[in-house]
Amino acid sequence: MSMIEFHNVEKYYGDFHALTDVNLTINAGEKVVLIGPSGSGKSTLIRTVNGLERVQSGRLLVDGFDLADRKTDMNKIRKNVGMVFQHFNLYANKTVLENIMLAPRLVLKRPEAENKKLAMDLLDRVGLAEKAASYPRQLSGGQAQRIAIARSLAMKPKCLLFDEPTSALDPEMIDDVLNVMKTVAEDSSMTMLVVTHEMGFAREVADRVVFMADGQILEDDSKETFFDGQPNNERARQFLGKIITH
Amino acid sequence: MGYIISHYWNELVQGLGYTLLASVIALFFSTIIGTMFAIFEVLPNRLMRVIGRVYIEIFRNIPLLVIAMFFYVIVPLYIAKIDGFTAGTIGLTLYTSSFIAETVRAGIQSVDLGQMEGARANGMTYWQAMSKIVLPQAFKIIIPPMGNQFINLVKNSSVLAFVAGFDLMYQANSIASLSLDTINSYMVVGLFYLVITLPLSYYMRHLEKRLAN
Repeated sequence: MSMIEFHNVEKYYGDFHALTDVNLTINAGEKVVLIGPSGSGKSTLIRTVNGLERVQSGRLLVDGFDLADRKTDMNKIRKNVGMVFQHFNLYANKTVLENIMLAPRLVLKRPEAENKKLAMDLLDRVGLAEKAASYPRQLSGGQAQRIAIARSLAMKPKCLLFDEPTSALDPEMIDDVLNVMKTVAEDSSMTMLVVTHEMGFAREVADRVVFMADGQILEDDSKETFFDGQPNNERARQFLGKIITH
Repeated sequence: MGYIISHYWNELVQGLGYTLLASVIALFFSTIIGTMFAIFEVLPNRLMRVIGRVYIEIFRNIPLLVIAMFFYVIVPLYIAKIDGFTAGTIGLTLYTSSFIAETVRAGIQSVDLGQMEGARANGMTYWQAMSKIVLPQAFKIIIPPMGNQFINLVKNSSVLAFVAGFDLMYQANSIASLSLDTINSYMVVGLFYLVITLPLSYYMRHLEKRLAN
């Protein structure tokens, strides 16, 4: 069963053509890594999946809802589709525990005791139980991102979107975040779409690798074809050559 | 000054009471109305933004005295019988609300956009995100300019003197003409205003420090 389906999707910012004829299907439980040079439309694409960006034409089905349709209630989709941002976007006025508990309380009406237990379990899972009472400004970037992942997981989503989750982090913190993401990927029912330059992570976790440039999908391969074989597309080969040598 | 204070004590206390009452009412309602129009101004809906803009520009750009006179003269004539105190307080509320709207809007816009996006992506509605995440942060940022607005409000309440509102300024005029001691009358009333504004400005500063941590 498919979780995300792009059919001939177009997106413009004014005159700028951000997404050009995007066709992409991601099945439930699939782990897909999206790569490409900056300005290629990766972030735009991933942000359309939970309606943070609207598409102008084509069809975009997420969990059965059509996001190109203006009448679609975004909140229904966002309940099931979480997102982890490059800059964490933790609520600055809330403690770590409240960051995790707030949306389940407001949106899912989860009972308080159950909500707190689940939040503490998630904090344990990301290794930050001792930070429950801290505020976001007291956390390092790596800690903040692990909390952000826990916050998304607290909604028990079917699908998680990661928009360059390690790009704003110091190198020594990247592995902590990637390790948490790997534990998330162990759940075979969780659909993951990850924009990242971490090729080690892609090799280990991804089922498929999608390469974008200039708002178009140029390559959509299984992990094996992409890394061990050769991508068909010249720009994808060049890009791969550049990031692998780093 | 001692003579003025002791001889006109009752009038001064009455004036202080009315000034305080008008200020508290106007502060409460102008904060609510101002916040409402500030939110209008940042809504995705264009019509709401225009409504917010028009309201703010009208009440921000017409002198307070003209607004107060409108409610004192025109409203009783055609719409409803209201006394001078009510007319002055309504005028003061609407006038101040336009400045508070501008202050709150600036506060909302200074909160990182990621806060709203994070909350929406987390499943919250626009109103949940606004009320639980964005507005609390905005209000914390704007405490100092809000303090200015509140102090201006107290001082601007002197407009009540022109619409028979029995406030401190009204009493000052009346005491000055009765006692013929103009200088001391206005100096005493100036001191009475400080009785309200100094604690207010001290409190806002205290709030700023307390919330900074």
